[in-house]
Amino acid sequence: MQHAGTDVAERATVIVHDLMELEGPLLPILHSIQHEFGYVPSETLPVIAEALNLSNAEVHGVVTFYHDYRSHPAGRHVLKICQAEACQSMGSDHVAAKIKQLLGIGFHETTRDGAVTLEPVYCLGLCACAPAAMLDGEPIGRLNDEALEEISAAVRL
Amino acid sequence: MTVTIYIPGDSGALALGAEKVARAVAGEIQNRGLDARIVRNGSRGLYWLEPMVEVETETGRVAYGPVKASDVAALFDAGLVSGGSHPLSLGNPEDIPFLKRQTRLTFARCGIVAPLSLNDYQSHGGLAGLRKAVGMTPADVVRTVTESGLRGRGGAGFPTGIKWKTVLDTAADRKYIVCNADEGDSATFADRMIMEGDPFVLVEGMTIAGLATGATKGFVYIRSEYPHAIAVMTAAVDIARNAGILGTTVLGSPNAFDIEIRSGAGAYVCGEETSLLNSLEGKRGVVRAKPPLPAIQGLFGKPTVINNVISLASVPVILDRGAEHYKDFGMGRSRGTIPIQIAGNVKHGGLFEAAFGMTLGELVDDIGGGTATGRPVKAVQVGGPLGAYFPRELFDTPFDYEAFAGKDGLIGHAGITVFDDSADMLKQARFAMEFCAIESCGKCTPCRIGSTRGVETLDKLAAGIEPDKQIALVTDLCNTMKFGSLCALGGFTPYPVMSALTHFREDFAPRPMQEAAE
Ligand SMILES: Cc1cc2nc3c(=O)[nH]c(=O)nc-3n(C[C@H](O)[C@H](O)[C@H](O)COP(=O)(O)O)c2cc1C
Ligand code: SF4
Ligand code: FES
Ligand code: FES
Repeated sequence: MQHAGTDVAERATVIVHDLMELEGPLLPILHSIQHEFGYVPSETLPVIAEALNLSNAEVHGVVTFYHDYRSHPAGRHVLKICQAEACQSMGSDHVAAKIKQLLGIGFHETTRDGAVTLEPVYCLGLCACAPAAMLDGEPIGRLNDEALEEISAAVRL
Repeated sequence: MTVTIYIPGDSGALALGAEKVARAVAGEIQNRGLDARIVRNGSRGLYWLEPMVEVETETGRVAYGPVKASDVAALFDAGLVSGGSHPLSLGNPEDIPFLKRQTRLTFARCGIVAPLSLNDYQSHGGLAGLRKAVGMTPADVVRTVTESGLRGRGGAGFPTGIKWKTVLDTAADRKYIVCNADEGDSATFADRMIMEGDPFVLVEGMTIAGLATGATKGFVYIRSEYPHAIAVMTAAVDIARNAGILGTTVLGSPNAFDIEIRSGAGAYVCGEETSLLNSLEGKRGVVRAKPPLPAIQGLFGKPTVINNVISLASVPVILDRGAEHYKDFGMGRSRGTIPIQIAGNVKHGGLFEAAFGMTLGELVDDIGGGTATGRPVKAVQVGGPLGAYFPRELFDTPFDYEAFAGKDGLIGHAGITVFDDSADMLKQARFAMEFCAIESCGKCTPCRIGSTRGVETLDKLAAGIEPDKQIALVTDLCNTMKFGSLCALGGFTPYPVMSALTHFREDFAPRPMQEAAE
């Protein structure tokens, strides 16, 4: 664990060198880094910047522009609750309030036990199955209280 | 003979339990020792009936739905493998009125074929358009697309053939085809359905665009919220490359064309074409000023066609059947068919592809069947978060670009969100401003700051503080945003806000105390 810093940089270097020949490689590299570490560790930014001949500030600017990239690790599960119009029409306000209450956290927060991170999302393309959510990349439609209770129990297992 | 059972692998069907159903069906096949196989097809787009299971019988397909995993054993008891009758029987799916009333050109195969089977694709008419294009001059391909009247389905409705002609006529050592699969608008899922259910039609459409313009490289920029679509498209591109559809010799011709799949990173504004190009280049997704047009200086400064998924996926059928065939559908300057997505608080939500010209009322009341809650329809929002809210009084508006513009609305990517009478239009107007504030790329002050001011002003209005003054302020803000924004995020946010204010003024009146206090 003491060597975590160098280890991160080494793993990032491998990823960067794998992808840097792509046309416009920065987003694929950041996605891959986040996939590897669960977030984009700040130690990886200089590695990326040097390989792509960018300034640290430029890479940082890109990372912070996009909602997807995290600066801190997420929980073991990531639950995204749709808050866009079609889901609003089917009670997504209630869904958000209920899941916050069940998990005891708000949006952009992670439960103390590290089980789950809760995030709002604006449309999942499940608008004819509203209200909708996505748990670790798997779509869930027609949410009701019962489904939310099941989800909140499942993520804590 | 082996019986084929279709269970959609479409995200919408998965969201409603299709995976559990597939596992239960596999279990029954095994336990009963049946000679049957499961195909994971796309969705037909009848989401109130998903998961919809179909069986291939001697007399055609028989459908059942909505099927729960707990229904599966009883369905097999009722003789599902031979189309036996059961309370969930729907008969021949093509006879369900919601499907029967459609004109499926772009979605002809979606929900019918195995998405990643090139055999299925070709036996249902796939590649016929590309084969024709290979034997034509680029100028003739472009002319066919122009003559079909196809307009961009991503929102702006710009004639696709004219865009292609600019790229064809601009000399360069490298050109690109970029497919905009960012589909960020609420109420839209047509792009997702086609990518998950018939991915080769998009590969074919992009390849035709490449031949027509001299572009040799294509990118599909898919939003990260669509992991299943990304997986299917990635697999489809590999299969197409191995089959010689993509690569250095497209279908054995001297033309090269290849495609790469890219994932977005959760920014709504990256659906705007120049922001998307910046994002592909690895930059912040800020909007570029036009000119230069992407068709002249686009991706990496090279001539670039950027088109929506549905625009590109409509090209193969146009090449196959001819410009006239496509153009014969529709009304006025809106030619062909449009995949309309009916969503939100609606009884029969789903994908409805039809010629332009049906009225909003027909779509919401007849096709959609009214609200899911059974309460009266109060408002519909057409065209996503930047689209106007229409009251019932405007339900006679035909689905046509110009007709919607004439009523201060827009078709956009053709999503319709239905709201029942519990909707609070002040709240919806506030959300439009809030969404603009969250998603603004930050380049223009009216969009970035104006939207935040808009939220504050509407909050004051809701609290009953000097209502007349707030309404005047919001109207003023909307004008500034409309005329002082570089792109439609800031420029069109006034549509939902002002339409809510205009058509539902009563929701903006001071509220009784107990409601304001809740
Ligand atoms: C804020 C904003 C978001 C947009 N999102 C999308 C989108 O998700 N998909 C899309 O195809 N077009 C989107 N557009 C429209 C594109 O800028 C562009 O018009 C379209 O990709 C052109 O393709 P088409 O001619 O085939 O429609 C968006 C525009 C704006 C201003
Ligand atoms: S209107 Fe908004 S999103 Fe569009 S360019 Fe300006 S700041 Fe960016
Ligand atoms: S609005 Fe929630 S899934 Fe589209
Ligand atoms: S940059 Fe100032 S108004 Fe657009």
